[in-house]
Amino acid sequence: MDLENLTIEGAREAIVSGETTATELAERHYDRIATQDGKINSYLALSRERAMTQAQKIDEMAARGDALPMMAGVPVGIKDVLVMQGAPATAGSLILKGYRPPYDATVITKLEAAGAVLLGKLNCDEFAMGSSNENSAYGPVRNPRALDRVPGGSSGGSAAAVAADFAVATLGTDTGGSIRQPAAFCGVVGVLPTYGRVSRYGLIAFASSLDRVGPLTKSVKDAATVLQVIAGKDVMDATSSSRPTENYVEELRRPVDGLRVGVPEEYFGEGLDPEIRGAIDGAIAGLKMVGCVAKPVSLPHTNYAIPTYYVIATAEASSNLSRFDGVRFGFRAEEANTLSAMFRKTRDAGFGAEVKRRILLGTYALSAGYYDAYYRKAQQVRTLLTRDFLTAFADVDVLVAPVTPTPAFKLGEKTDDPVKMYLEDIYSVAASLAGICGVSVPCGQTKDGLPIGVQVMGKHFDESTILRVAQAIETMQKAKESSYP
Amino acid sequence: MNAQDGVTLDDVRRVAELAHLELTVEEEPRMQHDLNAILRHIDQLNELDTDGVPAMAQVGGILGDATLSWGEQLRLDAIRPSIDRAEVMSSAPETDGRFFKVPKVIER
Repeated sequence: MDLENLTIEGAREAIVSGETTATELAERHYDRIATQDGKINSYLALSRERAMTQAQKIDEMAARGDALPMMAGVPVGIKDVLVMQGAPATAGSLILKGYRPPYDATVITKLEAAGAVLLGKLNCDEFAMGSSNENSAYGPVRNPRALDRVPGGSSGGSAAAVAADFAVATLGTDTGGSIRQPAAFCGVVGVLPTYGRVSRYGLIAFASSLDRVGPLTKSVKDAATVLQVIAGKDVMDATSSSRPTENYVEELRRPVDGLRVGVPEEYFGEGLDPEIRGAIDGAIAGLKMVGCVAKPVSLPHTNYAIPTYYVIATAEASSNLSRFDGVRFGFRAEEANTLSAMFRKTRDAGFGAEVKRRILLGTYALSAGYYDAYYRKAQQVRTLLTRDFLTAFADVDVLVAPVTPTPAFKLGEKTDDPVKMYLEDIYSVAASLAGICGVSVPCGQTKDGLPIGVQVMGKHFDESTILRVAQAIETMQKAKESSYP
Repeated sequence: MNAQDGVTLDDVRRVAELAHLELTVEEEPRMQHDLNAILRHIDQLNELDTDGVPAMAQVGGILGDATLSWGEQLRLDAIRPSIDRAEVMSSAPETDGRFFKVPKVIER
């Protein structure tokens, strides 16, 4: 069996039929990681013992002829901002070096209950702050589709591992685009579930009103499967919703004809790469051919999404990251005589430049005299941005837009200018602020062979519809690719 | 909004102190430059009249009654087991097994 293009369904069926075993599948992924991840740098730590114990359990179930759960024996990688008991959790930062958390995130528990085999922890930007994975304290990740390019961020390791077949599926997190953008850069599927759809318990917090956990996979159906496994109310996360989850896989069977597809004009303005525009236009034309109705819509506050995001996200980060002080876990600077010196020296040595920049910005925005001018103002504009979406969704079922203004850029290309790097998130942060769901699905490639993703955004808790539309795009794209000579 | 005046080096040092960060002399001017660049971009928000617009702190809030009827609520305040103390303390940089040990708190 070929690991390339191996899906969740394919892996599970191969185990059920006896073509392979969960143990063999895990070993083969570990072999591939050992021989090929040196140049990609997607994994930070392997949880081999735990993975092999789980794989053996699945194989025993299969040998007994037990009914196997949805993700039985499926090798999965986990972004290193989600905690697994006993496995290193660094969040891409030196300040957590050596930390081994004493508990599992809820999504980890759910994945294992569904039979998944968790291979290890994946590289990411430090505390999920970044759009290129160049902010990891453990070295950048390279894009498997073009090794001189970034994989995107902050879930760069999660996207690269799927693209390089170092896992069948991975979990990432998305605060301002950190699942969708790397998925687009690496040519895989990435889902941003609605805020509250997936528990954040065990996620190392960056910006709590924005942080979400979601899957990166090789197909839309696989994304639906992982979402079905991880979604739902969790008493350990008060912001998780008790609204019933849907059978996302089953819902994929419903046709898309008659769906109203909104095309937001603000997402097609200056700065959008012409090749990306062409690919998105092609995806929209394809949706019309299968019976969708395309309608132009306006999201008039779109240009204000980046400044709004960088106030709110940094303000929340400055508060959340105050817990890293060298007292309870992780790294502590030596040679400090007093408590406050220990805090300062630990944080100075433990945090990288981008994290410090954001903590300073957030602290500034929340400080006396600036709170109303920055933080409150940004919260008000967040309302306006969200109303834009609610108004648009009165007329359309989904929105279709680019994920990123450009394809994957070169390592080092944007590291000198933080504002330039932040503008990379221009098409992704508005959905983050509004709390709506979205998916990035491949829809073509540039002349240079770089992947292009298209973003389908949907109403709060309407993951079923965006996944159906994404699957329609995926089906057309696969047909197009197979017709190439 | 005072960002037009720009963030000074003193501002950077004051905010760093509030955030328990100790910047090196090389880091200070770099952070000053970056904060000013980012704040100039953020100043665009002043183009919008937000008088009377409610502040949005959480996604649930703007969805109003619909969200509440989906059952968002706090869990029961019931005693349940939490993580074992020994496991938690084993992560600490310095501990006597019962308490976290830190350098002296009061400076004199």
